[in-house]
Amino acid sequence: MIEKPQPFWSPVAAGVALGLALLLTFVITGNGLGASGFITRFAAQTSAWVAPEATATNAYFGPFIQAGKPLVSWITWEAIGVLIGAYLGSRNAGRISVQVERGPSIGRGERMVYALIGGALVGFGARLARGCTSGLGLSGGATLAVAGFVFLIGFFAAGFLVSAVFRRAWQ
Amino acid sequence: MSFPLYDYGIASGLISGVLFGYALEAAGFGSPRKLTAQFSLRDFSVFKVMFTAVLVCAVGLYLLRMGGIIADNAVFVPTLFFWAILVGGLLIGGGFALGGYCPGTSLVGISSGRIDAVVFTIGMIGGTAAFAFVYEPLQDFYFAGKGPDAQRLPDLLGIPEWAVLVILGVFALAGFAVGSLLERARGGPLTAEEVCTPAGEEPMSASGHAMKI
Repeated sequence: MIEKPQPFWSPVAAGVALGLALLLTFVITGNGLGASGFITRFAAQTSAWVAPEATATNAYFGPFIQAGKPLVSWITWEAIGVLIGAYLGSRNAGRISVQVERGPSIGRGERMVYALIGGALVGFGARLARGCTSGLGLSGGATLAVAGFVFLIGFFAAGFLVSAVFRRAWQ
Repeated sequence: MSFPLYDYGIASGLISGVLFGYALEAAGFGSPRKLTAQFSLRDFSVFKVMFTAVLVCAVGLYLLRMGGIIADNAVFVPTLFFWAILVGGLLIGGGFALGGYCPGTSLVGISSGRIDAVVFTIGMIGGTAAFAFVYEPLQDFYFAGKGPDAQRLPDLLGIPEWAVLVILGVFALAGFAVGSLLERARGGPLTAEEVCTPAGEEPMSASGHAMKI
């Protein structure tokens, strides 16, 4: 039976909920929310499984490996929490939709290529910036950090530019 | 008890993460069509949700500090490294516009069934490994343009924190107003029904029959 998905929350309601979740995280931990930190540790661990020696001597991944189990970290529990919270929310609201989500002008194969390239750019960019939309934009922005707002300016500027150049990806 | 608790345990991480994931999903941020519609100006949810959350949390942190619940300099404030953070922001904005997600929202996409979010995450792992590979030659750029440690907008602008909050509030309200006008002119924000229907198929009506629109 096909269930009709419940509407999303209004942006203000979702924004207030997100802001309060972020505030609670600051009160509990002294840090904000993140996401790319988990991807970094996951990448370091994956790299260590594939190429243990090269990873241990790498200037960036090495310290994660030398410190012991890279995945045993607060950011990992948080990322698992994100997966659980998003699953519970989308399941309860009938919003789980198994699909290759794509714009109307492209096929599944092209969508997969864009997802892979976009993911690679985001992964590289998050390491360069020392954080992502969550850690720098949202959490940094909420502490009024100059770094957070420099990040957000870059994020929105490139978003509009790339979206205009690659219109067919989503429109 | 003094706050923050500086609790980095499993329960702390799970609670924060569950609330984070639940709120992002409720906003519609498991859908790359909804997320990227920000940049075609059809759906301002990314701007609206993000600025609302930043303001709610920033005002909350200000009040907790004013009330003596948390001390000054008690929460982590990232330090600016101008070039790396600007270029990193550009790469993430560009990768988001092309690939449909950022790191947090890709996890939400995976949890709501999006196969492309899994591919995006594999791409992120590759991009992270590529960065690790070129980290040494990139060191100069990585540390270029360093700002004062943990610098905040009130320090940079030389105005009180409440004034920064008011300015951000006005900016958010203006963004909301302009955004809502543009949304209406371009077919409105994307609904759950639209994005839960794979491209090329008709949205389903409540009875399960394809609905003609």
